[in-house]
Amino acid sequence: MTLVISVFEQGMIYAIMALGMYITYKILDFPDMTVDGSFPLGASLSAVLISQGMNPYLTLLLSFAAGLVAGTITGFIHVRLKVRDILASIIMMTALYSVNLRIAGKANLPIYNCDNIYSNPVTDAIFGGGVAPYQNLIIIAIIVILVKCALDWYLKTKSGYLLKAVGDNETLVTSLGIDKGKVKILGLAIANGLVAMSGSMFAQQQRFFDASMGVGTAVIGLASVIIGTALFGQVSLFNFSLSVILGSILYKGCVAAAIRLGLQSSDLKLITAVLFLLILVISMRIEKYQGRVKRKERA
Amino acid sequence: MIELKNIHKFYNAGSVNEMCLFDDFSLTIAEGEFVSIVGSNGSGKTSLLNIICGSIDVDRGQILINGEDITRKKDYLRHRNIGRVYQDPAKGTCGHMTILENMALADNKGKPYHLGRSVKKSRVEYYRELLAPLNLGLEDKMETQVGSLSGGQRQAVALLMATMTPIEMLILDEHTAALDPKTAEIIMELTDRIVRQKHLTTMMVTHNLRYAVEYGDRILMMHQGNTIMDRSGEEKRNLAVDDIMGVFNEISVECGN
Repeated sequence: MTLVISVFEQGMIYAIMALGMYITYKILDFPDMTVDGSFPLGASLSAVLISQGMNPYLTLLLSFAAGLVAGTITGFIHVRLKVRDILASIIMMTALYSVNLRIAGKANLPIYNCDNIYSNPVTDAIFGGGVAPYQNLIIIAIIVILVKCALDWYLKTKSGYLLKAVGDNETLVTSLGIDKGKVKILGLAIANGLVAMSGSMFAQQQRFFDASMGVGTAVIGLASVIIGTALFGQVSLFNFSLSVILGSILYKGCVAAAIRLGLQSSDLKLITAVLFLLILVISMRIEKYQGRVKRKERA
Repeated sequence: MIELKNIHKFYNAGSVNEMCLFDDFSLTIAEGEFVSIVGSNGSGKTSLLNIICGSIDVDRGQILINGEDITRKKDYLRHRNIGRVYQDPAKGTCGHMTILENMALADNKGKPYHLGRSVKKSRVEYYRELLAPLNLGLEDKMETQVGSLSGGQRQAVALLMATMTPIEMLILDEHTAALDPKTAEIIMELTDRIVRQKHLTTMMVTHNLRYAVEYGDRILMMHQGNTIMDRSGEEKRNLAVDDIMGVFNEISVECGN
């Protein structure tokens, strides 16, 4: 039971990161590795601020803001300095590793005895003293739902439509009299804001920051996006954000199952990578099959 | 009014592959004029449009729109007063978005794209009225993704999107070339109607000599970066397809084809 709860907790925390990656990967068609740096950016910033006594909810917002800045810089490197997309993001990812160490002051910063967004005097009182088993889960679910609704709403605004348009057809955005570069930077900023916020939630759930925490974030995010859109994207009741959230939970479930079946936790990144490869190949097969079904329906 | 003054444009300047596109090219197009541009491949027609829209820079010379020098103005800023339709119907629309979403996107051109809702219910009826006269049944398919429409339907939507907000100029780059003859006819008639209604200064590049003769107030023939024929008014009205074909054959012979 604890295992299931932990899968849902981490799956939903990572879902916020995956929603960010949906923006870069699916909407902007931008392979963004910045996330490997912006996820621990949110974690380190939150750990430091919380250890200094700041309100944990405020650290969520500040992490989002820090992610916005990181995404903006990646966007600037790509759009204004004309560096290829993946290179721009790798440069930023590498730089952020040191930035995160600077912020945290050391490679590992525990915050075991501090209040966090899940457990503080207010939430403990609401859940009736002590740490109730579902306390984290419920708080995470509320935040995920809020983020999901905000993103769904944003993508229906004029600004959100431009974001979708720039990934679809850059020429049209120019024809509309809009600087397509600015739109891309905005998209990268929002995406990394979400990723950093997810990192903040993760550090508070784990109750520490670790410098290597971000390794493999992009792979986890992409796997969640691909698994979600391939499996749930065709269900008409589910929109993209719900699909991505479910994909993230499912992916965490698969990783947990693999470890449960006898692999060691040091194998985690290997499992992450192999599972991602499997999902990638299977999703391509699914798409091919669905394409065939659609053609048959039309004929 | 569009004025091009002493435009110079070289590709690969300074290298062995240096190619001169325009050498001291000048052209003036009056306010509200509908100009058709014909010419063989590589004669500089599309480059001319790209230079006006800012998609390619010039090496020397000036571009003026209504007296304002826009030579160094960024392409997206120039497009605020320009509607543009491309040969490829996919370039004027977003394939993954519905007709309604595409129209809403274009409807906001010239205004800031902020956090207001993009599709306004009050505007849907207006989009429907724009689509209905096309007789393509698109007004009942507003929720269809544009990517699943035919090329002609898609180009019709692109043309409406390019012209639905107040613009001064319309740039058409072989916009009927990828369509079947019947659809091309429909799109051409629609173009003419919109240009007349809105009094748009229009430049249309076409390989269809009949369209160049039938539509527009002026015809230009380009060859090796120069205009070798420029007829307007009475002269243009008396022009027949065979006359243009004659000039075409002459320049082809010169080139040794």
